Amino acid sequence: MNDTPKPQPEKPDAPVTDDEATRGATTTETTTEAPEPDPHDARAERSRSVLREIASGDVLAGVLAVFLAVFVGSVMIAATDDAVRETAGYITARPSDFFTAVWEAISGAYSAMFRGAVYNYNLTEPAQQWRPLTETFKFAGPLILGGLGVGLAFRAGLFNIGGRGQMLIAGGAAGWVGFNFDLPLVIHLPLAILVGMVAGALWGGIAGVLKARTGAHEVIVTIMLNYVAYYLLFWSLTKDWLLKTPGSVNPKSPPMKDSATLPKVLGDQFNLHLGFVIALVAVAVAWWLLNRSTLGYRIRAVGENPHAARASGIDVGRIYVVVMMIAGSLLGLAGINQVLGTVSSGVSLDLDAAIGFDAITVALLGRSRPLGILAAGLLFGAFKAGGFTMQTSENISVDLVLVVQSLIVLFLAAPPLVRAIFRLPAQEAK
Amino acid sequence: MSIATDLPTPESGGLAPDGAVTHGRGSGARKLPIVLGVLTLLLAGILLRSEPSGDTTFQLSTVTDFVTLPDIVVPSGPTAWLMVVICLGLTAEAVRRMLTRAGQPIWIPISFAIVWMIGFLSWAAAGDRIRVVSLLGGAVALAIPLVFGALGGVLGERAGVVNIAIEGQLLLGAFAAAVTASTTGSPWAGVAAAAVAGALVALILGLFAITYFVDQVIVGVVLNVLVVGLTNFLFRQVLTPNAESLNSPERLRAVPIPVLGDIPLIGPIFFRQTPLVYLLYVVVAVVAFALYRTRWGLRVRAVGEHPKAADTVGIKVNRTRYRTILLAGAIAGLGGAYFSLVSVAGFNREMTGGAGYIALAAVIFGKWDPIRATLAALLFGFATNLQGVLSAIGSPVPSQFMLMLPYLVTIFAVAGLVGRSRPPAADGVPYRQQ
Amino acid sequence: MRLVLRGITKRFGSVVANDSISLTVEPGEIHCLLGENGAGKSTLMNVLYGLYKADEGEIELDGEVQHFTGPGDAMAAGIGMVHQHFMLIPVFTVAENVMLGNETIGFAGTLDLAEASKRVTEISERFGFHVNPDAVVEDLPVGVQQRVEIIKALSRDAELLVFDEPTAVLTPQETDELMDIMRQLKEAGKAIVFITHKLREVREVADRITVIRLGKVVGEADPKASNAELASMMVGRPVELVVHKDAATLGDDALVVKDLRVVDVAGHTQVDGLSFTIRAGEVLAVAGVQGNGQTELTEAILGLQDDVSGSINLDGVELVGRSTRKILDAGVGFIPEDRQVDGLVPGFTIAENLMLNRSFKSPFVRNGSLRIGALREFAQKKLTEYDVRARDIDSLAANLSGGNQQKVVVARELSRDLRLLVAAQPTRGVDVGSIEFIHKQIVATRDRGIPVLVVSTELDEVVALADRIMVLYRGKVVGIVAADTPRETLGLMMTGERPKDLKDVVA
Repeated sequence: MNDTPKPQPEKPDAPVTDDEATRGATTTETTTEAPEPDPHDARAERSRSVLREIASGDVLAGVLAVFLAVFVGSVMIAATDDAVRETAGYITARPSDFFTAVWEAISGAYSAMFRGAVYNYNLTEPAQQWRPLTETFKFAGPLILGGLGVGLAFRAGLFNIGGRGQMLIAGGAAGWVGFNFDLPLVIHLPLAILVGMVAGALWGGIAGVLKARTGAHEVIVTIMLNYVAYYLLFWSLTKDWLLKTPGSVNPKSPPMKDSATLPKVLGDQFNLHLGFVIALVAVAVAWWLLNRSTLGYRIRAVGENPHAARASGIDVGRIYVVVMMIAGSLLGLAGINQVLGTVSSGVSLDLDAAIGFDAITVALLGRSRPLGILAAGLLFGAFKAGGFTMQTSENISVDLVLVVQSLIVLFLAAPPLVRAIFRLPAQEAK
Repeated sequence: MSIATDLPTPESGGLAPDGAVTHGRGSGARKLPIVLGVLTLLLAGILLRSEPSGDTTFQLSTVTDFVTLPDIVVPSGPTAWLMVVICLGLTAEAVRRMLTRAGQPIWIPISFAIVWMIGFLSWAAAGDRIRVVSLLGGAVALAIPLVFGALGGVLGERAGVVNIAIEGQLLLGAFAAAVTASTTGSPWAGVAAAAVAGALVALILGLFAITYFVDQVIVGVVLNVLVVGLTNFLFRQVLTPNAESLNSPERLRAVPIPVLGDIPLIGPIFFRQTPLVYLLYVVVAVVAFALYRTRWGLRVRAVGEHPKAADTVGIKVNRTRYRTILLAGAIAGLGGAYFSLVSVAGFNREMTGGAGYIALAAVIFGKWDPIRATLAALLFGFATNLQGVLSAIGSPVPSQFMLMLPYLVTIFAVAGLVGRSRPPAADGVPYRQQ
Repeated sequence: MRLVLRGITKRFGSVVANDSISLTVEPGEIHCLLGENGAGKSTLMNVLYGLYKADEGEIELDGEVQHFTGPGDAMAAGIGMVHQHFMLIPVFTVAENVMLGNETIGFAGTLDLAEASKRVTEISERFGFHVNPDAVVEDLPVGVQQRVEIIKALSRDAELLVFDEPTAVLTPQETDELMDIMRQLKEAGKAIVFITHKLREVREVADRITVIRLGKVVGEADPKASNAELASMMVGRPVELVVHKDAATLGDDALVVKDLRVVDVAGHTQVDGLSFTIRAGEVLAVAGVQGNGQTELTEAILGLQDDVSGSINLDGVELVGRSTRKILDAGVGFIPEDRQVDGLVPGFTIAENLMLNRSFKSPFVRNGSLRIGALREFAQKKLTEYDVRARDIDSLAANLSGGNQQKVVVARELSRDLRLLVAAQPTRGVDVGSIEFIHKQIVATRDRGIPVLVVSTELDEVVALADRIMVLYRGKVVGIVAADTPRETLGLMMTGERPKDLKDVVA
């Protein structure tokens, strides 16, 4: 009855398509359940519903989604393992050989991941034993920053696939400041970060402005801007007066000056640098912005229903621009984190290290909430740190991590599928 | 019920312009003259900055031609300036039509593009020769994956399923083609495997997007990452150690078509290609015809425009969508075979290098129409090939800017600077049946 | 064809939308299904049409029990449906729409469009529809689109036709034409189910009336019954069909609109030189068929339209050219015509929705952060004051019924310091109880000396609330007349005709 030609943000889980039925539904419900004026009761009701949610399966489905993705990963490990394939040849004769091989391949892989990501029990010195955890933090830093950039845009209803471009532009700009000037650290480093963030914000802002002014869909624009940024950086890396190292033939800039490098936070024996701390601060700021600030309120209003926001005096276009600029600066920070921290040997074309796309999975897994993104970033950071150890010690390609990561996100997005796979009863429509 | 209850993530709801902020900015009729004017000034500006000297040679024939067309040698500077004048004339015509509110026929931008390009080439290749046949024929070859991908995209979106996963379909197609062609020894088996691989990606897309209502853009993006991870993993773990048996396919060779291949100019460009190109011609024609003239096409368009209306006349919406995207995936997958069977023999990590996204761009630039999307893909193929040709003769244009072109053009297209495109109404909107 | 529904029950979760409904429709009969919004009429028809599967009960056609798995089966069995929201594909031609799903094809699946056109012309001529088979549907007026829907059903040899709220989008004249068509179809022996909540239409064409309330059949009514009888049956208690209000106490001219022109995105002039004045303490109600510029008028006042010329002056402040935010700050309250689109953020709680247009300054904002305590206190108060039936202020707006959603919007708008209230379709899709409540609030607002602009396509609502009535047709004022102008005159004016002896009233 209120089908309108305007696009209507439809809740994907609204159980009823016919809104007459919905209306019937809610009228009956509200007449049977009288409103409870007591706020304490209301609060108790809410916490009960959280418990119910855990019990009823959304959380369960989430856990199972991770389990399922890891299982697929395990199958891939086992299927490509030489010993497994060899023993499979005579599986009927000696099946135990086969299962031992499978077990060894999979357990070898995951224990290597654990050693690489959390705690290396093969070493003796405590500091070295815990070193992997700091590596996890190091990898998590840009993932969290990027995840925040993507997640914040999600909250405004924008799908920012332009992380790669925003990282490249910001990284290039920060790098240019980083190797070109001789300044004291207290000026040089903040300046490099600031310039990078501004560059990222401007690049992200392009998609916002185009959306606000012309309605151009940000998915298409940001995808295309990734490539434009890539070739722009490529070109800059061929020009001596921009980023190229004079005299070199490689498209790479000179290394960063020490005064523009993110300092190590746990001493020189660990690679963990200030970028992770910046990421934690960004989580706190993003949390405040979204949940406590009026700008965040408006961002959420626009994300949930831009039409109502507009009719309520919120300048939707301006919100799009502002959000894309904030998102761009956050992804910019992820790029800066790489150029000034993790790989300070110079700006190169692969400085983004695919984080722009990883950030999307982080934001999705973290449900676009700052604390969720923090957790998701740490998890995927651990995957990355562990993945490299797995590759070197077990000779299993680190790309496996990418597969598991994307499967987690896919399964998480479709709990009914996970439930169907595990033959759990479908959840009753609320 | 689903995760999305408390998931403040987006429902991108298709790729249509957002009604909340889209304001009237005039129609395409007003924009064309502006675009043409800017381009004309750009060309004039280039010429003023570095006036070309000498002659430019346009070589129209190859040595093996049945009838040899003479080379066309023109003085670079005057020719380029002449083209600027013609461009000005075309711009003036567009302005006149704008003022008299007559429509802007398609021949204006097309002839403008040709004239502009001749002017540009006269300048860029001053004192050198442009091999027209290899420039255009190469463009056709480079456009193969783009056209296949774009057709797959058009079909899917016409049925209401946004397909960001074209890149993944191309990549998995390339992988499957290489492995299958190597193991069977037949490149044609590889081509078939590429189609199957593309359909497989489409099946996963359908499972999540159609059956489980997951946002289609999200599924597409994540699927691309998944395919990259999967193929990289298998490449390192399986293909590299067994390159001899698993990753050394026989290449598809060019097969000239008798008679047609002997037509001057046209023949060498279009009919001395690999069989994959001839398959492409057939697919384009069949898709374009079927989409508009058959019952199948009518129903596909119906579920993409107004699925509920289709449902009320007894059309199974989701079944139609599944069938369409599987076919679309197979077509896109065919494009993948280009990379590992035509361009080079064998699969390599992430060898599609973003072609899927250019194909997506062609879908939009081509306004969701098979023929227009094909033309857009050919245009993008041309831009890519032109970059190669120009950097080979040492042209003054940085190759990075040429490579940027398809992406920039698409941004201009979605921003409505070159005419507003209208996607199918239900593009990207899952259909829920009670 | 004779239709028998026996004990149809349809549940959505724990909610029973249809509770054991039984119904018989004879061939050559117009059977009215009367009930208010949300009574379960559409659900029932969707069950009949195979769109929903009934949990219990059976459908019988000419003595045979049917098992529909989808609309295709229902259609094959001879059921045709004219949907409230036309099930037509806007970019297709009439012929393509009519043939869709039932195509005649030639070689290799090619469409036989000539055959389809012939069929459309044939049916169109038989019933005098005047429909061009080659016209693109989106270019046709709604009345004609509806006839395309009817042709679609007839081309499949439907014997039972269901009309779901067919008059909502029609002018009074088009409504009369539709009634004629329905009678004609009845003469041709078709069985007809006519779903509506408009009493006048029921009494005009119905042979039999079945009244549905809260998903149950409450009984049959006589077509000769009075409006009051039908209404009380429909609602379950005596209903006041009139809004009680005292004579208006008029103040100065408050809203002065002069020569207003609005051009939409597509370049069509939607509001064409509108001039009118509303005085403080007066309700000016705008009557007209949907799509004659009302939406654009209200949006122009709110600054939501881009291409606006002329003048909108509120208490000496020019509104044209100002941003929506400034206009709201100037004291304009706005109840939008579609609350789901423009009025509420469905994913926000009631509390969050209550501050939607006050996100820039106090009372809910301090130094760029939210004052959550103040907001909660305010929301708690409004929940009681406006009788919003919800569990608590943290309930999501999406989970409220239409009436309660609308009350949240009304509460938000009326709790600001208003200098003008613009209410567009304030009671669309709302239950009768909420309608009464909202009407009282609008009258109370007027009585506080605030000028009110009401836009409604329901003539009953216009007449009930108005101090003066402005009739719009194609973006132009047909006339501004007294509230007691006869309905027939208003109906005529809604088609653009201005009676010769008509005098505009000036408040």
